[in-house]
Amino acid sequence: MSALAVTQPAGMRPRRLTPARIGVYAFLTVTALFFLTPLYVMLVTSLKPMEEIRLGAILALPRAPTLEPWIKAWSAACTGLRCDGISVGFANSVKILLPSVAASIAVGSLTGYALSFWRVCGAGLLFGALMIVAFVPYQIFIYPLVRVFAFAGINNSILGIVLIHTIFGLPTMTLLFRNYFASLPQELFKAARVDGAGFFRIFWSVMLPMATPMLIVAVILQVTGIWNDFILGLIFAGRENLPMTVQLNNIVNSTQGERAYNVDMAATLLTALVPLAVYFASGRWFVRGIAAGAVKG
Amino acid sequence: MGKLCDVSIRGVEISFGAVRVLEKLDLDVAQSEFIVLLGPSGCGKSTLLNAVAGLIDVQAGQIWIGGKNVTWEEPKDRGIAMVFQSYALYPRMTVRGNMSFGLKVAGMPKPEIERRVKAAAATLQITELLDRRPAELSGGQRQRVAIGRALVRDAGVYLFDEPLSNLDAQLRAELRVEIKRLHQRLAATMIYVTHDQIEALTLADRIAVMKDRVIQQLGTPNEIYRRPANRFVASFVGSPAMNFLPGAFAVREGAPCFLSEGIAIPLNGYAFEASPQDGAPVELGIRPEHVEAGGGVPAKIEMVEPMGSDQLAWLRVGGHPLSMRLPAEACTVAGAAMQLRLPADKLNLFDAATGRRL
Repeated sequence: MSALAVTQPAGMRPRRLTPARIGVYAFLTVTALFFLTPLYVMLVTSLKPMEEIRLGAILALPRAPTLEPWIKAWSAACTGLRCDGISVGFANSVKILLPSVAASIAVGSLTGYALSFWRVCGAGLLFGALMIVAFVPYQIFIYPLVRVFAFAGINNSILGIVLIHTIFGLPTMTLLFRNYFASLPQELFKAARVDGAGFFRIFWSVMLPMATPMLIVAVILQVTGIWNDFILGLIFAGRENLPMTVQLNNIVNSTQGERAYNVDMAATLLTALVPLAVYFASGRWFVRGIAAGAVKG
Repeated sequence: MGKLCDVSIRGVEISFGAVRVLEKLDLDVAQSEFIVLLGPSGCGKSTLLNAVAGLIDVQAGQIWIGGKNVTWEEPKDRGIAMVFQSYALYPRMTVRGNMSFGLKVAGMPKPEIERRVKAAAATLQITELLDRRPAELSGGQRQRVAIGRALVRDAGVYLFDEPLSNLDAQLRAELRVEIKRLHQRLAATMIYVTHDQIEALTLADRIAVMKDRVIQQLGTPNEIYRRPANRFVASFVGSPAMNFLPGAFAVREGAPCFLSEGIAIPLNGYAFEASPQDGAPVELGIRPEHVEAGGGVPAKIEMVEPMGSDQLAWLRVGGHPLSMRLPAEACTVAGAAMQLRLPADKLNLFDAATGRRL
């Protein structure tokens, strides 16, 4: 009786470790190591004094861990002639980031809303053009934009770089919000119109509250994108407002004499902290955002 | 409540790009009338309703509501309220928020909004749901809220776009009665779109059966059911569906009759609308409940469907299938032979080529 009960399939199906499964785990482990090893090396190096680094054992844990390199990188490392550390760059990046993220999402969501609900003349054409422009490498725009901005007198200013990020963020943001709004039922829009709400009222009271998941995704995309930007910040922000990425480059590349690897590593980690934090805090939303464009919610 | 409005649709034409959706359509809806636009999907009935609401522009023609030409007016200025198939409730607002949104937009003073929301909620028995969000409601409750949102507008004309299609059969029957009760209470003009002929027959003062961009027949439920204007209306309205027998019209010894493979049915007493020629190909239509036992037409029972209150017998008459409604107690056996009578005054004769009623 009991032997029969064992051989008869019942209840939960037993999980077996097949060769294919072992292969999958092996591949995942190797991949994880491949990406985690550099991070590990950076972290331990940034906590070692220079004497330990000179020994050359890059994988070894620090014997005498010190926060000295982090403090130096933050407030005393030299970027060219000035030695204020990377904190100046951090402040600049925040000053660029906040208005850029807000402006690009505000404009992008409004454009996406207008394109998906209001039958604007030539909406399809406009959207197509926007999409094509999204694929043009933006190095092409740089010189003409520098000339235009110089003519308008907003070159080398926070306003200039914010404007640049807003413009370059527009295609992606518009696509993101247009696709999301297009997946919402048209009847909702009709109901709001029967209720007498106008263009902005429908956007603000009905559509935007529904777009919360997309807003989060947009914030993630824009924060990481704008924070990691190098070339636009270098060209348009001006000498006073250079973002953290540019400052980091200056610290790493302008060292005289012995290379302070620990300080370089600490500065790099400090710069990477913001996008890293965003990824960690929002992994679920990030994946959802990537899928959102393709699959109807 | 609300001011009473009539609706007049005059020569309205609508097309999406190259696709014609409505062709020169005229329809007059009287004050306090409940009119149902009935038709299969894609016949243009929802488009017509959207045009009345002002959500779709018309290419030609005019729309009048309450004696005012509103062809170019915005939806909010037409004095209408609308209920949608998908409920279209604002998901991030509470029931109260949903119901008061339109009034808030219109700038109505708060106490008045509160009063109207309370009254509508009481009518629809959703008072205890006022602080919930749509996601926390069942389908039936959502549609009640959607109706409530229309109700607070205190409009002269209510438009329903397949409001019960997303509900299960039991709820549908329940809300159908409620909508009818609402119409009696408000005495407002209502235009109701559906593809469900039962809804149409139970609710309407008049039904407009639509197909292929035009109204096929406009009449009271009784007229539509008893004297369908063409074969399409006959087949679309009624459940179980009407039977059709192909054959020919003939005049035998001065009396009109219908001939089909081995059967002859006298048509004395049939109210002709046209005078078909002797030998013209026609189709005979008869509803299952009008087929009577004990006549001169031989038939064989093939199958019996018990339906609770009665049963539906599937017969074969002269090589054609025919269904017949029998009382639940009737003792029927598949394979048995029986004689039928098809009373002439209950028959429908259609031209085989045009489908028009003869």
